[in-house]
Amino acid sequence: AEAAELRARLRSVKHTVLVLSGKGGVGKSTFSALLARGLAAHDDKQVALLDIDICGPSVPRMMGLEGEQVHQSGSGWSPVYVEENLGVMSVGFLLSSPDDAVIWRGPKKNGLIKQFLRDVDWGEVDYLIIDTPPGTSDEHLSIVQYLSAARVDGAVIITTPQEVSLQDVRKEINFCRKVKLPIIGVVENMSGFICPKCKNESQVFPPTTGGAEKMCQNLNISLLGKVPLDPQIGKSCDKGQSFLAEVPESPATSSYRSIIQRIQEYCDLQHSQEEKIM
Amino acid sequence: YRSDPPERSNLAAVQHVLLVLSGKGGVGKSTVATELALALRLAGKRVGILDVDLCGPSIPRMFRVQDSAVHQCDSGWVPVFAHQDKSISLMSIGFLLEKPDDAVVWRGPKKNALIKQFVSDVAWGELDFLIVDTPPGTSDEHISTVEALRPHKPLGAILVTTPQAVSVGDVRRELTFCKKTGLRVLGIVENMSGFVCPHCSECTNIFSKGGGEELAKHARVPFLGSVPLDPQLSQSLEDGRDFIQEFPKSSAFPALAHIAQQILDGTSPQSS
Repeated sequence: AEAAELRARLRSVKHTVLVLSGKGGVGKSTFSALLARGLAAHDDKQVALLDIDICGPSVPRMMGLEGEQVHQSGSGWSPVYVEENLGVMSVGFLLSSPDDAVIWRGPKKNGLIKQFLRDVDWGEVDYLIIDTPPGTSDEHLSIVQYLSAARVDGAVIITTPQEVSLQDVRKEINFCRKVKLPIIGVVENMSGFICPKCKNESQVFPPTTGGAEKMCQNLNISLLGKVPLDPQIGKSCDKGQSFLAEVPESPATSSYRSIIQRIQEYCDLQHSQEEKIM
Repeated sequence: YRSDPPERSNLAAVQHVLLVLSGKGGVGKSTVATELALALRLAGKRVGILDVDLCGPSIPRMFRVQDSAVHQCDSGWVPVFAHQDKSISLMSIGFLLEKPDDAVVWRGPKKNALIKQFVSDVAWGELDFLIVDTPPGTSDEHISTVEALRPHKPLGAILVTTPQAVSVGDVRRELTFCKKTGLRVLGIVENMSGFVCPHCSECTNIFSKGGGEELAKHARVPFLGSVPLDPQLSQSLEDGRDFIQEFPKSSAFPALAHIAQQILDGTSPQSS
């Protein structure tokens, strides 16, 4: 009966993309927020951004929605809308103070994730983007389990160039394979820094083992793109603004846009393949 | 191996236990834990690191011992020694995995069981400091670690953040966690605080500036210092080398040494 409820709710979602890492702090939420914004730039698309990082919900701030609260309606929980075609849900909206800590063990976290999927009235959605916490634990197992009632296009995996990140990301890739979650591809974030003064490039997080490129080659996974470090990215996130809109001329913006394009193409391909089957 | 009588706790000969927390991932908890251990070792202390990040164990590689295995003795598990002089000992799930890419896909209860074992069944022997490196968040690992360590009266916790608001936002919640669980906050470290271009020495605040210090002021906890981004430090960690010994001239070294000194000052006989 539960699975039927979830299936019913998610029937109106055309494409679902999970944003994963294994490593914390590589830019999952940053990427999720920009992916959602990028997709919502097309007025005819309805985009939903679901943040299932229960302990460290970064999405509300990044979307400029800090302090917003969730409202109930007859049809369930209403997402908080950034634009008419971009709705957001996060545990952040359920907390009354920025100091409130969600100190929950696994089962309680799973319960909230299920509620998010079952009770949020997203309406008709073209893209559901799900931002996750780092790791391979309750949240990840649960979201994959609950989404088995729907169709998941795949996962985008975020990393930074250095081995300390890659070693966790390989575990995440293994997790995806174990639970049969298709991998759309890998994004290498924080990939090089151009000094604003002398314009020389430095590797702040040196790719001592070949970076994401080598890892993707070895594991036969698509490298969707590399995004360089730009201090404006962090600033925009802190201010809840869209980096893509604020700094359109940054090399990081072009990288993000091309990656978003590739993800969109991947999803469209899934759709057309399904239509062929039907 | 010296065998302890069974009723003696494995932590009985550990002088001080301190936790490295954040709320945020990727701010440098494992890095700070490693560098703190190296700095304390340089000050003549015997240090252990307990890595309770079960999904993303970073510690073994940072000491270039990722291929080591864990052995048993009468009192439990023997920690892995990172230096020939046995001045740093380590325990991590990383040593228990058959293959380094194996994902540990466990739900809370299984994680909790291993953490309890890590806290009580590692034969640390005599240590001046046991540093506990944690994963990001405020969940099973954190609750279980604090509960298991409670009888051993930890010294407290160091909270690591990066300067930007998005990190500070999560670390505020971690401060609440410490308050709620009665864990003393030794102070806040602001990591990745500025990047000095190796070509022209211009300092850029890639991850913004000042958030850590402001948070410490707001929360009325000590501010232990800002550590700048130094690719040499990242490189050392990748290669499992001793940054403290090799790069005393690095911009990150004074900050890291100062953090260690404050910890030492806080545990010296005069300071109680």
